[in-house]
This record gives sequence, C-alpha cells and structure tokens, in this order.
Amino acid sequence: MKISPSKLISLLFFIFSGYYLYTAYQIQVFAFDENAPFNAKTFPIYLGFAGLVFSALYTILPEANPTNVDLKVLDYKKTIGLVILMILYGLTILRAGYFLSTSIFLVASYIILGERKWIWIFILSFPFVAIFMYLLHGLLNIYLRDPFLKYIGIMG
Amino acid sequence: MIEGILIGLQTALSFKNLMMVMIGCFSGTIIGMLPGLGPMTAIALMIPITYGFDPSTGLILMAGVYYGAVFGGSTSSILINAPGVPGTVATSFDGYPMAQQGKAGKALAIAAYSSFAGGTISAIFLLIAAPSLSLVSLSFRSPDYFGLMILGLTAVAAFSSKGNFLKAMMMVVLGLMLASVGQDTLSDIPRFTFDNMNLSDGISFVLVVMATFAMSEALTIIFKANDPTKAAKQISLSQLGSIKLDKDETKKMVTTIPRSSVLGFIIGVLPGAGATIASFLAYGMERNFVNDEEKQKFGKGSVNGIAAPETANNAACSGSFVPLLTLGIPGSGTTAVMLGALLGFGIQPGPRLYQTNPEIFWSVIMSMYIGMVVLLILNLPLIPYIARVLATPRTFLIPLILFFSLTGVYLMSFNNFDIYMMIGIAVVATILRLYDFPMPPLILAFVLGGLMEENLRRSLLISDGSWSFMWDRPLTIIIMLTIIFIVGWQIYKSFFKKKL
Repeated sequence: MKISPSKLISLLFFIFSGYYLYTAYQIQVFAFDENAPFNAKTFPIYLGFAGLVFSALYTILPEANPTNVDLKVLDYKKTIGLVILMILYGLTILRAGYFLSTSIFLVASYIILGERKWIWIFILSFPFVAIFMYLLHGLLNIYLRDPFLKYIGIMG
Repeated sequence: MIEGILIGLQTALSFKNLMMVMIGCFSGTIIGMLPGLGPMTAIALMIPITYGFDPSTGLILMAGVYYGAVFGGSTSSILINAPGVPGTVATSFDGYPMAQQGKAGKALAIAAYSSFAGGTISAIFLLIAAPSLSLVSLSFRSPDYFGLMILGLTAVAAFSSKGNFLKAMMMVVLGLMLASVGQDTLSDIPRFTFDNMNLSDGISFVLVVMATFAMSEALTIIFKANDPTKAAKQISLSQLGSIKLDKDETKKMVTTIPRSSVLGFIIGVLPGAGATIASFLAYGMERNFVNDEEKQKFGKGSVNGIAAPETANNAACSGSFVPLLTLGIPGSGTTAVMLGALLGFGIQPGPRLYQTNPEIFWSVIMSMYIGMVVLLILNLPLIPYIARVLATPRTFLIPLILFFSLTGVYLMSFNNFDIYMMIGIAVVATILRLYDFPMPPLILAFVLGGLMEENLRRSLLISDGSWSFMWDRPLTIIIMLTIIFIVGWQIYKSFFKKKL
C-alpha cells in the first residue's frame, strides 16, 4: 500500500499527538487541584485529543486536494548545507563571539549558495556585521559578548 | 473628549513625534517588505530605543513601524508573492497575479490607496468610538472570548487551507501545543519542559515567527530551487507599469473600501483577532459581495481582491489598539510586544488609561492618522525605488534573512539553545510548507494559545466544569453557530461538493 507524503505527515502528527497526550496526563498538578474543573493539564489534554482527531481524520479520509511534489527537483545539498552551517553557528557563537562567527557564517552561506563576487561577499560579511554591531551598541545599547573582539582589544 | 483630542494632537504634531512617525513608517516599510521580516522583529528591535523617550513618543514610533511594516509586507506580497507579514498573505492572492500581468504598479497603487483609506476611516472610527468601544469590549465575557478565538482560528484555517481544511486544523493544534510549553500561568507548574530551564518560560513568539516564516521561507526557496528575486530583478521604473487607476477600478474600490474598513476595524478591536484574520475575512466577504463575473477574477488579479484585504488589515491595525489601550489585552502578536513596552514604561494599559494618561491615549490615535498620510506620501512615489530592495540576489538575500533571524533570536536570549530550537522548528516548517500545510493558522494559534486557555479556564470554573457556557448567552451562541457553519461548509466543500 502506497501512502502519500501528506498522509505520512499526518500519521506522524497522530503519533506526536499521542505522545503529547501521554505527557499531558503526566503533568503533576497540586493535590487540591486534581479534581478541579480546570487545572494545568486540562487544556493540553484537550489539545492532545484534538490532534489525534484531526490527524486521524486526514489519514483515514480520501485526500481532497493531494499535493504533488517532485522530489527530484529539490535542492538537498544546499539546504542541508545551510542547516549544518546554522548549527555550527549556534555551536560557535558563544565561544568565538558574535562578530567572528556571524561574519564567517555569512561568508560560508554566500559561497554555499554559489555566490562568487568576492568584493560583495567581503562587504556583506565582516564590515556589514561590524556596522550592525556598532548600531546595536551605539544606538540600541545592546551589549553583545564577544571574546574574540575582547582578545584583540577592540571591545572591553 | 475634545480636550483629550487637542492634547493628543498637540503631542502628535510636535516636531519630535512627527519625526518618529516618519522614521517609524519608513523603517517599517523597508523591514516589512523583506520576506520573513515583519513588524514583530522591527518593534522588538525598537523597544530599547523607545525607553530613551517619553511613553507617548515611544509608542508613536512603534505604531509607525507597525503601519509601515504592514504596508511594506503588501509590497513583497504583490511583487514576489512572499508576504512580509501574515496580515498581507491575502493581498498576494490577487496582487501577485496582477503583477504577473505586468500591472505591478497598479496593484501597488490599489494597495496604497486602500491602506490609506482603511487606515484613515478606522482612525476616525477610533477617534469617535474609542471610549464607547471600550464599554462594548468590556461586555464580552470569557466564554465569548473563548468562542471568538476558536472562530478566528477556524476562519484562518478555512481561508488559508487551499481546500485542505484538516491540514490547517492540524497546524492550529500544533500552534496551540507549542504555546502550551512552559510554566502554567496560574499554578506555575512546568509543562512539556522536560526539566530544561530554557523551556520554563515557554517558547518565544519571535522565535516561532522567525522560524516558521523568515527562516523556513528562506530554506523553502533554496529547497525548491526557486528564485523569488527573479521577478523582482525584472522590476524597473518602466516595468512596474502605470500607477494610475481607471474609472472602473476606482468605482470598484469605492464600494469595497467602506465595508472592508468597517469589518477590519471591528475584527481589529476584538481581542485576539487582528490584521491577518481581518484581511482573510474581508477577502472572503468581498468574494461573496461581488457579482459572478467579478467572482471569477478572484485569484487572477481582481481589484476588489487586493483592495479588500489591504483596507481591512490597515483598519485592523488601528482597531487592535482599542483592546490594547482600553483593556490591556493585545489584539495581535505585534500589539502584545507593545504591551510589553508599555509595561516597561511603568504604564498599565486598561480602562483607566483613558483617564490617567490621556496624552498617551489620544496622541497615539492622532499619530495613526498622521502615519497614514506619511505612508501615502512616502510609499506611492517611492515604490519603484523601494521595490529595488527586493531585487537583491538570492545568494545574498537568503543568508541575510537567516542572519536577521538568527540575530533577532540571539538578541532576545543570548543563548544558543534558542538558535537550535529555531533551526529545528524551521526545518519542520519547511517540510510542512512543501506539502501545503499552512503556517498562518499555526502562528495565530500560538499567539492565542495562552489567552484561549485562560478564557476556557475562567469559563469552566464559573460554570463549575459544565460546557453549558457555550450556549448560555445569545452572543456566545451566535459565535458558536458561526464556527459550526464554517466547519460544516469546509467539510461540505472538501468531501461533498466535488462528488455532486
């Protein structure tokens, strides 16, 4: 039996709703609240059931307007590349600081997407981030911790 | 009241405040136009600046950004079919097809005039009706609020589902589930936090908006190997087409604008509803009002199809200030950010604000009208130039959208947990978008989640656990019947209409 991707997603949502409902029942409420008409787990329980109902209906009933996606034309390489780059950005931002990690993130993402105009790549990374940081510091008084700039003596 | 209006006018027309309206409108237009970046981001970034000003000036600046972003969003909706803000999604239904027919200038002009007219009419409504509207709003009780929120969610699901109502309803539930993460507002009991401190305050709205719109929009463009700037690259001063409207088009707008203004304003006033619902409802209403011949043009570049949502979303922006200023309840996610800013100023919005701080109440209302004039003067002549921002190559645009999204979320928490969570939500949203699971219902549900739970809690506690509150009052019955009608109509449309 072949299942359409939309139905597969709704099936996954059904499982997710089931897990959500199970977790909702595990929420510890105060003893005096246990039999109250409404407590901390009431709304999540309703949501869990709603999720189960809607996803079950979608999975069982015939699809009104099936969505067809040609999986062959999707650009997995660039998309996964960008996602990995963002994860690396998350890993480095606290260690390397905002300036360096953001600038490198921008340079790498321009290159991943196929940009080869090096002057623009440079302008829209290091100087761009520096100006942005200056605006944040100077105008908005938002302090960004930056170990790298501190190390080279630019920031206090 | 007259005294209050004069105080408001005096405050709003001061040089500093006029400058703030202009700066707000201009920066809002630019930010709102960039796909994925909306008023939430812009206002959130403005909050630290506003603390340097007095409350009236700060609120005027934020209000200017709000209008500007809503209008800017319609520009990207029309030109590249990438709504900058959810409130302009409905504009893209007809705006983009019209632009594809080589009438981008005309579509933008319709949007500009409609925004101006909608904003102006609703500002006048607000001026006249604000005090009495606060009384009307006060007559709503918890069951009515709860019903209205369900009505809003089902309406958005119906309008954005493209025939897949159940998909949209799944997104509604997912949005509500995301909103339920964090400590329970009343008992402080942690829910779905999995002993992670980063989740105890819940998931930030800005994070979810950035992930499901900005970031997933960017990833979808790359994933589908689309180039949204392809159309924008072709835009030049000559190719935008004329911005002049003929008699027939003006006539259509003249009939559409008043009814959409009224609808938009009313929807905007209702707590929890906002520009997005107003624009969708106005679009749907307009489709029902026009004759069969005109109905066929909907989705293919109808004048009414652009004018209705544009009028309504601007009218709703003004309307959404009523619950914020008079009840202290935000009418939308954006006004929720403003509520946070007001509290930062030490001002508690509510029914007494009207008496205790009349200069704030009235100067914001006055600045709305000034803002509309600024938008019209600023946008129409500058459209061809502003539109060029959209022609930024995809190879630069996408990383910059990701940059603004990541920075926006990082600036809120200064930790990398939120960055990972945003990436996770964005990846899921990208896959969901690919298979036509709509995002606007998810966002609206996420905004309304807390309020909905609160009102359900009150309703059930008052009725001692009985669900009879849903049919105890005529107003609640009307709301519930409307919901049943929408759901029934969607089921009929999906499963029976085709077979007949």
